[in-house]
Amino acid sequence: MINLTIDNKPIQVPEGTTILKAARMNGIDIPTLCHFELDGMNFENKPGGCRVCVVEVKGRRNLAPACATDVMEGMEVLTHSARVINARKTVVELILSDHPNDCLQCEKNGDCELQSLTKRLGIKEIPFKGETSTYRKDSTLSVYRDMDKCVMCRRCETMCNKFQTVGALSGVNRGFQAVVAPAFEQNLGDSSCINCGQCVQVCPVGALTLVDNIADVMAAIADPTKKVVVQTAPAVRVALGEEFGMKPGEIVTGKMAAALRRLGFDQVYDTDWSADLTIMEEGTELLGRLKKALAGEEVKLPMFTSCCPAWVAFYEKNFPDLLEYPSTAKSPQGMFGAVAKNYLAPKLGVKREDLVVVSIMPFLAKKSERAREELSVNGDADVNFTLSTRELAHMIRQCNLDLNDMPEEDFDSPLGQSTGAAVIFGATGGVMEAALRTAYEVHTGKKLPRIDFEETRGFQGIKEATIDFDGFPLKIAVAYSLGNARKLMEQVREGNPNGYHFIEVMACPGGCIGGAGQPYHHGNSDIIRKRMEATYREDAGKPIRKSHENPEIIAIYKEYYGEPCGHLSHEQLHTHYFDRSDKVEATK
Amino acid sequence: MAKYKMHILICGGTGCKSSNSLQIIENFQKALAEKGLSNDVQVIKTGCFGFCERGPIVKIMPDNTFYTQVKPEDVERIVNEHIIKGRKVPDLLYTNPENKEHVSDSKHMDFYKKQIRIALRNCGFVDPENIEECISRGGYEALGKCLTEMTPEQVIAEVKASGLRGRGGAGFPTGLKWELCAKNHADQKYVICNADEGDPGAFMDRSILEGDPNSIVEAMAICGYAIGATKGLVYIRAEYPLAIERLKIAIRQAREYGLLGEDILGSGFNFDIELRYGAGAFVCGEETALIHSMEGQRGEPTLKPPFPAVSGYMGKPSNVNNVETFANVPVIITKGAEWFSSIGTEKSKGTKVFALAGQINNVGLIEVPMGITLREIIYEIGGGIKNGRQFKAVQTGGPSGGCLTAKHLDTAIDYDSLVAAGSMMGSGGMVVMDETSCMPAIAKFYLEFTCEESCGKCSPCRIGNKRLCEILEKITDGRGTMDDLQELRNLAAVIKDTALCGLGQTSPNPVLSTLDNFWDEYVEHVVDKKCRAGVCKKLMSYVIDRDKCIGCGKCAKGCPVEAISRTDYTAPGNKLASMVIDSTKCIKCGACINNCKFGAISIK
Amino acid sequence: MTKVKSLADLKAMREKLQSNLDIREKAENPESLVQIKVAMATCGIAAGAKQVMEHMMQKADELGIAAVFTQTGCMGYCHAEPTLEVRVPGKDPIVFGYVDNNRADEILTKYVQNGELVEGIIPVNYETIDK
Repeated sequence: MINLTIDNKPIQVPEGTTILKAARMNGIDIPTLCHFELDGMNFENKPGGCRVCVVEVKGRRNLAPACATDVMEGMEVLTHSARVINARKTVVELILSDHPNDCLQCEKNGDCELQSLTKRLGIKEIPFKGETSTYRKDSTLSVYRDMDKCVMCRRCETMCNKFQTVGALSGVNRGFQAVVAPAFEQNLGDSSCINCGQCVQVCPVGALTLVDNIADVMAAIADPTKKVVVQTAPAVRVALGEEFGMKPGEIVTGKMAAALRRLGFDQVYDTDWSADLTIMEEGTELLGRLKKALAGEEVKLPMFTSCCPAWVAFYEKNFPDLLEYPSTAKSPQGMFGAVAKNYLAPKLGVKREDLVVVSIMPFLAKKSERAREELSVNGDADVNFTLSTRELAHMIRQCNLDLNDMPEEDFDSPLGQSTGAAVIFGATGGVMEAALRTAYEVHTGKKLPRIDFEETRGFQGIKEATIDFDGFPLKIAVAYSLGNARKLMEQVREGNPNGYHFIEVMACPGGCIGGAGQPYHHGNSDIIRKRMEATYREDAGKPIRKSHENPEIIAIYKEYYGEPCGHLSHEQLHTHYFDRSDKVEATK
Repeated sequence: MAKYKMHILICGGTGCKSSNSLQIIENFQKALAEKGLSNDVQVIKTGCFGFCERGPIVKIMPDNTFYTQVKPEDVERIVNEHIIKGRKVPDLLYTNPENKEHVSDSKHMDFYKKQIRIALRNCGFVDPENIEECISRGGYEALGKCLTEMTPEQVIAEVKASGLRGRGGAGFPTGLKWELCAKNHADQKYVICNADEGDPGAFMDRSILEGDPNSIVEAMAICGYAIGATKGLVYIRAEYPLAIERLKIAIRQAREYGLLGEDILGSGFNFDIELRYGAGAFVCGEETALIHSMEGQRGEPTLKPPFPAVSGYMGKPSNVNNVETFANVPVIITKGAEWFSSIGTEKSKGTKVFALAGQINNVGLIEVPMGITLREIIYEIGGGIKNGRQFKAVQTGGPSGGCLTAKHLDTAIDYDSLVAAGSMMGSGGMVVMDETSCMPAIAKFYLEFTCEESCGKCSPCRIGNKRLCEILEKITDGRGTMDDLQELRNLAAVIKDTALCGLGQTSPNPVLSTLDNFWDEYVEHVVDKKCRAGVCKKLMSYVIDRDKCIGCGKCAKGCPVEAISRTDYTAPGNKLASMVIDSTKCIKCGACINNCKFGAISIK
Repeated sequence: MTKVKSLADLKAMREKLQSNLDIREKAENPESLVQIKVAMATCGIAAGAKQVMEHMMQKADELGIAAVFTQTGCMGYCHAEPTLEVRVPGKDPIVFGYVDNNRADEILTKYVQNGELVEGIIPVNYETIDK
């Protein structure tokens, strides 16, 4: 243990603790800007660049960045001396002097870390007037970049390079012109970007924001010739409440369905339903591959899940040689779209073009997935618009509603009923667990001895387990973050030495619950933890917890698809992948 | 074969090369061949002699005759007169600016009198492309001594005892740095030579690499032996093609002679060196930024700790020293720590190479003992201020340093005294200024440089320096206020206090030191709107004395913007009405002053 | 080219190579060495000064005398060529005339090494070419 004083208060902390953490452990909250940590998820950004957290250390010539300076025995730290306050204010004033300061019109208004810092330091005017840096605005289908607002905290860069190993963003130019951008300042869309949107989730200011589609959806609702249906992803219901002042982890499924109805959607459905459908298709595909493998046939194993669109884009760009490994099953969003346009539209008595399918998703990558050409028919996309959890919250507020006041309502049928297996799709390991529940029973013909697969749960970056499939040892792995996924892919490329059969990958921290379209967590990983707890709570409370037992799923196979991985489902519910490595090669 | 009777040394450094020294060499070889003297007289292309003010330099040995500003067409005369007839060519000799006497021998030139050449010992003496010349001067014997007679600990102890401090600027004790790196065990360690000399106007490292690359190769190997590294890397800017070429030759020859590679001198010690090229970013002189650049990352600094001695290149313990530091090492080993530490001051031992520049008679590269005064450097070695003007300030330490004034002239300079005086040693830039320099404009000049060269990582440096620059621009444009001076001081102090790396922490030094030493000049700029040096164009106005003006109108004809017109006032005794300048139109080009034969136009 | 295999090798190599740089090394500190200036104008060369200088340089090497040989112009004693000026540290320079190989040897062995005077001294009232 190390003894030191902070603001004259004697404290004791373990060796290797930073001044920032030591202070926070002792109730002293030193302000930060660039520092960002997702505790327990192996993500930390501490370039020591913003210099907001500087503190005075006795005997040291200059001020020390608290976020990146380890405590030392006998250290005397002052966090609010006149020298520190003056320096800290001056530094923030400098940052503001190169910022558009158009807070009222900014996407991040009210949710901006620079704004709260300014307020906290009591900055009333900016003494420095001078040139402000301006850059070309740029957008993909998911991410909007306005680098005029960039404060060079480099969180996005660390997220993109270290956590996701995508390498689309890095510091370019020098001095005042320095900014984070794709190589050669090309468009983000032309880079190795996979639209996971995590750069948006971690951006402290409004430099990186989502592409807002609220107006498109409002217009569709207002169009009398269109029938507008909506689907909501599993992770949305455990996070939306935060936008309305509820505690993290509150489940708002019923209130959300009610709000969506009041917003004017004609039918309110559930992506959870298509998650169950995904399990049927993906699980069957897995069993099919396993059977072939056991029969000694040539087959690609391990099979990877394919429901995360950022992950799909990632392997298309980075592992074009392994495109036959992932499951061909569409994502739940994609499956829902296909079912809606092919099966539901005639049922509702509308033409496919007049049925507008809107999805509410916790990620931004879904906005890009939606637009994939192979997920449309004659130019009409299966899913017409994708909104994030945050956009849905905006829309609800815009329409003078408060989620708190909503009654509990159910989803519409027939695409509304779901099982506990579908609910857990939102958390890392959830798809795996859901698939295991079904695959086990289908494969062995026996009831599961235990329904909870604890080995797939939790925040460990890569989880491995061997599941006893009635004598057959099924080797599985679960990863979140594309950096972890890359490690597994590289193993597969080297011949799969661990003998995995099935691997689940989600791009975002903790899975979809930590998605880029979710309410901003500002680095508070407890929020993501609470969302995960809620997910498993909801699962545990569901009367049916296995996808193959969902009566609506059983019904649609009976009525329409025949059997999983059958001819029709293959046509509508499965997809194929493309080699998109040229965009990665170009920036190497 | 008969022995050469004469050697002609011709500077092949970048400076003299650009003044056609290669042609001079060619002409010598041709002329000697024609006279049948090729076997009697050897022509050697050397590194820099330091006296760049008067390059190209040709030195004739053994007569020890020092010819300056030699042109290719002078070669024939030198051969006919000096080489054949033994008569020196007087007009090519150096002329003492004070008594106008010719000085034939470099030892008697003021420029060289006070110099002690340790790091530059072989520059201008040997052919840097011939390792044998280096060996015959005792080159690689220090390495041999270390490998056969000393333990790594003894080598470190010797370097520590010598008191050698880093010549790159910060002055960290070299031996201690080696020791820290030696302590960390790893499967691979690296010796890194920082040859990313980035201060504007500084060229000591380049000159050493061009003039004596073998000393760096040798020193890196010694360091490798001391710290337990088998790989050396030289980070050198790509803008130094000649230094790169000479270094490559030295490395190749050292390998051929078994002085690099495996089992060096039968000791079992292996060491080899590779080059890494930098793109010439100032910030890459900072060791962590340099390492990132070598790794292929963005060249920007990271926080220390971890120090490179713990986690450097590729995460392995690495020792980074600059070129000049390394150049001192072999001498310390051969002559001993005691000898080395007898030169210099209490806390700064040995010598320092400075690049002397600015408004001074003898511009060039000098190596002087620590503890010498600025006065000795400027007035004796430097030959005083150009054109007999008044000394005003000397800027040391490059963009990170500060401006010192006449009151500092007798300060014995070393690492600590320069810091105490508000400047720093830096890598050794020394720019002398006279009364024609405007100090706020000088501060602005350096700030513009740091703005360009900031990596942009930390806010104080990225935005703060820009704002400092903008305030200085306001002041030099005549828009400044006393509040601006206050803001300038506060902001400069905060940047110094909060910036991430050495670049940002020192970038306000030119501002702070000029504020301290030339406060009046700042006040003049903001209150009186005057620039006494006549540098700040926006503060100048051209005025016609209506009584001196005879009304000839030549000024108006030459004015490019038609700012001059005739008044209705005729001075007594004149026939024509006088002229007047419309200051709102005037662009201060100075054409009117040059056109006026009557001295009627002046700058106010 | 053979590799240098040890420190002793390196030192031996240095010994061997050192004479190549003698001219430069010695020029740095001529005061401490024997300086021999050979008049090498047309008259001197015609009288064989060049050959004498070469011989003398070699002899000095053999005798281990650290001497700097320079060429100068005509000293004005054209009648006595080849002529040369010898300056032993601490002594006034002396000019010798009619120097052939034998006398050159004598100058080195007798005058330089032992301080004995040798035939052929030309009286002092001359000015060296440097002035």
